[in-house]
This record gives sequence, C-alpha cells and structure tokens, in this order.
Amino acid sequence: MRSKDLKLSWFRRIANWMFVGLSATAAIAVLAPLLAIFGYLVYKGVGSINMDFLTHVPAPVGEPGGGMANAIVGSGMMLLLASAIGVPLGIGAGIYVSEYRRSRFAHLVRFIADVLNGVPSIVVGIAVYALIVLRQGHFSGFAGGMALGIMMIPTIARTTEEMLLMVPHSIREAALGLGIPQWRSTLAITLRTALPGVITGVMLAFARVAGETAPLLFTALGNQFWSRDLNQPMAALPLQIYTYAISPYDEWHRQAWAGALVLIVLIVIAVAVMRYVTSRGRMAGAH
Amino acid sequence: MTHAPAPAWTAHPSRMPEPAAPVPEPKRKIKLGSVRAAIAVDKVFAATVLACAASILGILGLIVYELAVRSKLSVQEFGLKFFTGSHWDPVSGLFGAVPFIYGTLVSSFLAVLLAVPLAVGVAVFVTEVCPRSLRGAISFLVELLAAIPSVIYGLWAIFVLAPLLRDHVQPLLATYLGWTGLFSGPAYGLGMLAAGVILAIMIVPIICSITREVMLAVPQNQREAVLALGATRWEMVRMGVLRNARAGVLGAVILGLGRAIGETMAVTMVIGNRPEIAKSLFAPGYTMASVIANEFSEATDDLYLSALVEIGLALMIVTLIVNTCARLLVWSITRGTPARAHA
Repeated sequence: MRSKDLKLSWFRRIANWMFVGLSATAAIAVLAPLLAIFGYLVYKGVGSINMDFLTHVPAPVGEPGGGMANAIVGSGMMLLLASAIGVPLGIGAGIYVSEYRRSRFAHLVRFIADVLNGVPSIVVGIAVYALIVLRQGHFSGFAGGMALGIMMIPTIARTTEEMLLMVPHSIREAALGLGIPQWRSTLAITLRTALPGVITGVMLAFARVAGETAPLLFTALGNQFWSRDLNQPMAALPLQIYTYAISPYDEWHRQAWAGALVLIVLIVIAVAVMRYVTSRGRMAGAH
Repeated sequence: MTHAPAPAWTAHPSRMPEPAAPVPEPKRKIKLGSVRAAIAVDKVFAATVLACAASILGILGLIVYELAVRSKLSVQEFGLKFFTGSHWDPVSGLFGAVPFIYGTLVSSFLAVLLAVPLAVGVAVFVTEVCPRSLRGAISFLVELLAAIPSVIYGLWAIFVLAPLLRDHVQPLLATYLGWTGLFSGPAYGLGMLAAGVILAIMIVPIICSITREVMLAVPQNQREAVLALGATRWEMVRMGVLRNARAGVLGAVILGLGRAIGETMAVTMVIGNRPEIAKSLFAPGYTMASVIANEFSEATDDLYLSALVEIGLALMIVTLIVNTCARLLVWSITRGTPARAHA
C-alpha cells in the first residue's frame, strides 16, 4: 500500500496504464483471428458435410455432389505409414537422448533434432522426391508417407525426452537397485511411467503432420479416384483442400471448407488431449 | 554406501564382546550366464536406441546430400549469377532467383514486424498482467493457433482475409500512406501484404510461447527487487524482466523469422505468384518456397528441376543458420531451467 506522500508521477502512472491496456489489446488482437478462423470453418463447413462428403469420391468438374472419401482414406493410410516410421524411431531417439544424456552424442542429437524441426516442410518434400520418386520413376503414397514420417521423428524425439525427464530419478535408481537390467528398467519402469505423456507427444506430432500439405505436393501428388495402392499417387485431405481452394469453382470451395473442418476437428481433439494429459503430469509434481 | 553409520548401541564396544556372526547369505544362486545375457541385452538395447538417435543425423545428412547432388547442374551452369539474376524464364532456360529471394525477405520481415509487438504483448500479458485463472486458457488458445494447418490458414486468407484487406484496409492505407509508395497501385487483396499478414498470424504462437518461457526463466526475486524499489508494474516488466530476457526474446523473434521464411502453403495461396519485384506491398510477389510448390511437379527438363532444387537448398541453408542462431540465444537464457521443447 502506498501512502499519499509517495505519489507516483502522472507520467509513470499513465505509462503503467498504457502498458496494461496495450498488453491486453495484444491478447485480444491475437485471439481475434483464431476465433474468426474457427467461426468461419464451422459456419462454412457444417453445411457442407454430409454422408456424400464422407463416403464419395470427388465428382467431375461441374457436377454437383461428390466428396473427399478417397482423400480421407489416403490421408489415413499415409499417416499410418508415417507413424510406423516416425513413432519407433522418434521414441527410440528420445530414450537415447534422455537416458544416455551424459554422452556428447546425445547433445548433438538433441541439437540436430531441433534443427530438423526447423527445416521447411517443402524441403523435406524435395528431398523425398529426389530420394524415392525419382528413383522409382513415379509419384506414390509411399513417398508421401515417408516424408510425413521423417517430419514426425524429431518432434516425437524431443517430447519423449521431455516426458522421460519428468520421471523422478529415484524410480530409475530403485529399479536398478532391484537388479533389473537397464533395458527393462527403461522400458518397463521409466517409459511406462511416462507413457501418457509420450503418447500425447506422438499424437501432437501426428496432428501436425496430418495437416501438412507441402511435403505431399510432389511425393503423393494426389488424385481424384479411389486409390488404396501405396505404390500409386494418392489423395490426401490437405492436398485436396489446397486443390479445391485455389480452383475457380464454388462447389469446390464449399467442399474445401468442409474438408478443412474435418481436418481441424481431428487436430483439435489431439491437441486438447495432449494439453490435458501434460498438465496433469505437471500437477502431480513429478520431480 | 559401503559403510553405514554405526548404530547408537555400539557406542560402548566393551559391552559388545564380539561382532555378531555374519548372517548367512540367503542361498540364491546367481547364474553367471543370466547376468551375461542381461548385459548383452543391455548392449543390444543401447545400440538400438543409439541407432534411432543416429537416424536423426542420418536424415539431415541425407536431405543435405540429396539437395546438393540434385542442384549440381544448376550450380555449375549459373554459379553465383543464380542469386543475382532477376529473370526467371523456364522456357528459354534462364534462371535467376532474385525475385523469390526478395519476396521471401519482404514477406517474412513484414510478418515479423507485425507479429513481434503482438506476440511479446501477449507473452507479457500472460506472464505478468492477467489474472492467474486466465493464464491457462489464453496460452491454450495461442497453442491452438499453432496447431492450425498452413493450408487452412491459406483457405481462410483467400476467402476472408484478402477480401477484407481489399475492401477495407487497402483503401485506407492508400489514402493515408500512399505517399510512401509502399501502398499504391490497384488493390487486389491478394499480394505481398496479405502474405505478410497471414504469416504474422502464423508466427505469433511460436514467438509468444518462447518469449513466455524465457520470461518465466527470469528469477522471481528480480521482479520482487524491482517492485521493492518502488517501480510500477510496467517498470518492473521493462527493467526486471525484459531487460534480463532480451537475448531470449531476440531468439524467439529469429525463430519466428525462420518459420516465416520456410512457410509454404498459406503464402503460396495468397501472395499472387508473380516473379516481379515491386515496391508496393499491394502488388503480387513470389517466394522461394512457393515457387517450388507451384513449379516443381511441372519442371520437365533437368536444368529447370535443378534450379528449383537449388532454391530449396538455399532455403534450407538460410533456415538452418537462422534457427541455429535463435536456438543458441534462447538457450543462453533458459539454460538451468527445465526446458520445454517447442513443437
């Protein structure tokens, strides 16, 4: 409590009020686009989602109806492939960086994982194009899945490391003290304890690559038909949204909004779950 | 651990004639073979996770290698002229990347210019100003902003942001700031300005979350000390927090810049995609990432493809440098506090 003798000069008082006001304004200004985007997605998307959208392949240009079923299935298949590559490698690397953290190599890996996280996704697309598409001679869902998988690895590695570090050290020592070998202690005790966090880290990485378009442009390429062959060009939800958004047809614009809504709902669920689980881990005070 | 402290009752050794006979070990055979097996499995396990970790290095190496090999043709053909020539004409085999570099730089810097005050403002609001109960909610919403896919930002920018800019913002800018030459010419909505604005929205979350983390790393007693000297809240934030955290905030800004430079889809959808250098921000432009996105699958001859890969290589090198600087700056502040990876 300030007494009246210690009056603040008017300048300092105004500066302080301006500071509070401006920072609150910034918060509002940042949240406004978020609300606008979600509002528009729901407003435009809900009307366009129907059974046709979820079960039909795209109709030829000019014909009404049709849907994005092939893109949804294609995205699913490529994401499965990506997870099959990214999850084990990412978790393994995370375990290494966390449990063997004394080594110099672990520092290097952590650093490179951060660097790889910052590599533009389109560059990953080019690399996979050069690596797989050029060698095979054709675009394929397989190449798309590889590109997405590569993008998952560093994210999963970093979150896994973080979650493993939240496990109290005494638990590791207790396990080793019981004579349990290192590998079992790590897998059955440490990883097991951190599992909810690790899983949500995986979901976060999954959600991120689920929305990636750039690395698929010249790996999976996309198509307008049913394609369940990973060795052929394959449709994906974000690709389809992109194609439809830049097309001149109103019907396609409508479907782009519907596709975007489906995509965002899936992603928001993943992020919300991740947020919930990690905040619980924090509150439990695992230290 | 080897010598446990002697219990109190051994204080008079004279009363204790003999140390108690050692308790016989429980007869449990430890099979040497199983120990060896366990050690072997341990080694296999360590090697496995090491291999996983090494794969991250391998991937980065592979990406760099592939880009270097595939861009060789263009590097040999044009050399440094590639980065000084301003003509991009695939038909006559003339490739100069200047318009793209210009577009990338202008759109990214515009984005940073718009995003930094907002992001730092939000970070300050969340950590220092707003009631504790709002903190979680606001930072959750900002994180949500980071989770929206680029293509959805692009979709929104085409159909909502661009018309908004065209009908309401650009006329105002042209009237009041037209004399600068930056805001002149026909207002299409789509163009450099739209790209800068959508990029700004996209990089706010990353700048904000890292700034917040850096500010949280400033010790609490710094704040208390400044407050105890009679500072207002603003002075406390300015002198006690931001001054200590400035290297980290700078790192956050640079990280945001790196994100903006590499961003592809949203920019491609709104920037207008014309390889020209125009002073006006209303004019369409082109960025390094978007030229790759647009032309890569159409590039038929080897030189064309190689030129595009060279742009990708340049893009990658620039983002590597930018991100490394940023990480080092952030690390210099948060070192010592438990770090949180920023996905």
